[in-house]
Amino acid sequence: MARPGPRLGEGLLGLKTFSGGVHPPTAKELTKNESIVEAGPPERVVVPLRQSLGAPAEPVVAVGDEVKVGQVIGEAQGFVSVPVHATISGKVTAIGRFPHPVGGEQEAVVIEGDGGDEWHESVEPREDAAELPADEIRNIIRNAGIVGLGGAAFPTHVKLSPPESKPIDTVILNGAECEPWLTADHRLMVERPGDVVSGLAVFLRALGCQRGFVGIEANKPDAIEAMRVALPDGGDLQVVPLRVKYPQGAEKQLIHATLRRAVPAGGLPMDVGVVVQNVGTAVAAHEAVHLGRPLVQRVMTLTGRPLGRPTNFLARIGTLVSSLIERAGGIKGDVAKVVSGGPMMGIAQSTIDVPVIKGMSGVLLLAPGETDVEPPAPCIRCSHCVHSCPMKLTPTTIEKFVLAGKIEDAVGIGLLDCIECGSCAYVCPSRRRLVHNFKFGKYLAAERRKAEAAEKEGS
Amino acid sequence: MNGRLVVTASPHIREDVSVEKVMYGVVIALVPAIAGSVYFYGSRALFLTALACVAALATEALIQRARGVPVTIRDGSALVTGILLAFNLPPGVPWWLPVVGSVFAIAIGKQVFGGLGYNPLNPALLGRAFLLASWPVHMTTSWLPARGGTLSGISMAGVDAVTQATPLAVLRKVSEVLSDPSSTTHQIVQAREVLSDLGSVDSLLNLFVGRVGGCIGETSALLLLIGAVYLLYRHFIDWRIPAAYVGTVAVLAWIFGGPSGLFTGHALFHVLAGGLILGAFYMATDMVTSPVTPRGMIIFGVGCGVLTTIIRTVGGYPEGVSYSILLMNVATPLIDRHTRPRIFGEVKKGE
Repeated sequence: MARPGPRLGEGLLGLKTFSGGVHPPTAKELTKNESIVEAGPPERVVVPLRQSLGAPAEPVVAVGDEVKVGQVIGEAQGFVSVPVHATISGKVTAIGRFPHPVGGEQEAVVIEGDGGDEWHESVEPREDAAELPADEIRNIIRNAGIVGLGGAAFPTHVKLSPPESKPIDTVILNGAECEPWLTADHRLMVERPGDVVSGLAVFLRALGCQRGFVGIEANKPDAIEAMRVALPDGGDLQVVPLRVKYPQGAEKQLIHATLRRAVPAGGLPMDVGVVVQNVGTAVAAHEAVHLGRPLVQRVMTLTGRPLGRPTNFLARIGTLVSSLIERAGGIKGDVAKVVSGGPMMGIAQSTIDVPVIKGMSGVLLLAPGETDVEPPAPCIRCSHCVHSCPMKLTPTTIEKFVLAGKIEDAVGIGLLDCIECGSCAYVCPSRRRLVHNFKFGKYLAAERRKAEAAEKEGS
Repeated sequence: MNGRLVVTASPHIREDVSVEKVMYGVVIALVPAIAGSVYFYGSRALFLTALACVAALATEALIQRARGVPVTIRDGSALVTGILLAFNLPPGVPWWLPVVGSVFAIAIGKQVFGGLGYNPLNPALLGRAFLLASWPVHMTTSWLPARGGTLSGISMAGVDAVTQATPLAVLRKVSEVLSDPSSTTHQIVQAREVLSDLGSVDSLLNLFVGRVGGCIGETSALLLLIGAVYLLYRHFIDWRIPAAYVGTVAVLAWIFGGPSGLFTGHALFHVLAGGLILGAFYMATDMVTSPVTPRGMIIFGVGCGVLTTIIRTVGGYPEGVSYSILLMNVATPLIDRHTRPRIFGEVKKGE
């Protein structure tokens, strides 16, 4: 395993980081000092059955059923899948297709609230939480419907189930929160550091390892301090302050910065003995294992200059973004874009009537002048994309291959290694839609693989 | 909320850069050198530069209109080509020469390939090469002495070779005399004298400030470097190409550039004389025609340096900057292809 030493200059600042990357304005001032506001149960929730990577859940309730908070309304399908729970108590009024923040319309369960906010009887705190065996922890986490809350929404129990051949020696909690504007993880670490540490302990126990790090960008000194206080002294658990640079919180870059281990191309963190979990996921794991609560709410940042009162909400899954916007003082100015997630990797929405989902770290409203709507110009080969790529790709060349339809050539020089962080497009003076074209190229590559597989089967 | 929402792929924010900002940044960087050219060679330098710019912009607009594509002369790229073409002409050329050069540079050097971003060769240098091949007399004799100085940067009464040539041409003549077995003792003594004058502090200072003859824009290393610092600061050029280029010329000129054997060359003279500073910081760095990979940039710069030194020491011209860059432009796709960075996490074969 290659473990190169620190790069020139990094030692001077004493902050760990990776090579490449960009420095967008962090724009976190609007909400970084705003305490988390509990949004409480809305009158109505639209809970999508697809909220994670892998197979969507199948509904196990019918229209007219009474449900309570935490009751399973959708069963997991297969290993890479998690159940979905009712997030308010009330009556199921519809099961059908509704707008979904990841795109298009997806099957969802609509619940009208009954005014109460009662947990289902299955929700009970555990006294023996600290002694549970690893298998039991994985089961609890899966049954609680927990997925990565950083945005990718990968089922957490899968990450906690590495094969025997991949021993894990380190868990890294991702508190980098390198996406501009977002402060949900920041506030969680400041306000609930004990729960974060408890969640880290849950992960360590599930993986049978001792060493844990919490990686936090240096622009959150209060979070670094809070986590340092909350972590036990002199143990194997440490806070790692990181240089403020995007995408510092990308999994592979975070691992490299923290441990100097390079996840092989096409590989997973477990290939270098590491599991990375978001700090929000740690809090969810703490609540599931110690309090018996499934994932029915999450902290998310609702922000942007056109918004009346940018707020960090603790919101029930299924709450419509439009209703949260009303609670956040409504819209004061022109809005060009509504983004689910941060401005670098988030997904532009066509409507604000989408529900909060497990993977939604925030919603950002951008004014017309803040977002880019100009058409792209020809590439002038300035090389800024090459220098900014944290994966050390050559974005301009990959884009040219994709646009020429030479998908195999694009794959040959690393298209599939692209993490879609957006650094290349961010620095591009020609405003090329690099990420757009890479996503398209990946789609074409996948289609081609499928066609080849089908052909083999046919012959 | 009024109006519809924009839905595009991420990222949703962009750095405040654009092709225009890059191109006009280069123009701003060239302003000190333009002012210097007017000071040293008079207002005719500005007149020729303006003609080259107007011709470049007009050619670009006409061709784009004829092609039925958007006219993009506001992006500043044709303006940069016009200025750089004029910068590569002697200040005494007739007025139509920059016009013809600009038309060729834009039409054949750029638009034929599809416009900005698609040209394989630096348009301004291609225009210059065309002029040099077509009107060699104008291009190699229309020198003017700089205000407050001489053509060669040194003055020796009674030696015509010194008063009628640019510094690099003087060096070439001196080298010829010294390596010619039929040279008389008097000639050899005189040549040695000239040689030591060329390398003197006075001569180097003249080269640095710009009190020498040469092309319109290449005269003052100082003014060019002021602009280069600005370009580096704004990240409009990468340090690798100019550093590798200038460094290579300095080392090779020291080793092979001396007329009296190995390791007798004058590195600083070779760096400051001729068009090296202009070429290394403003033309080899042309984004479209130079490599995009970090290692490729170094190789490109070294290649330019090797070729420049070869042409200066054993080639047919006293100066080799433009041909070196053009030749390396041709190699750019190949360099890019073989210097792609190792992808993060990519395992080398055999590891």
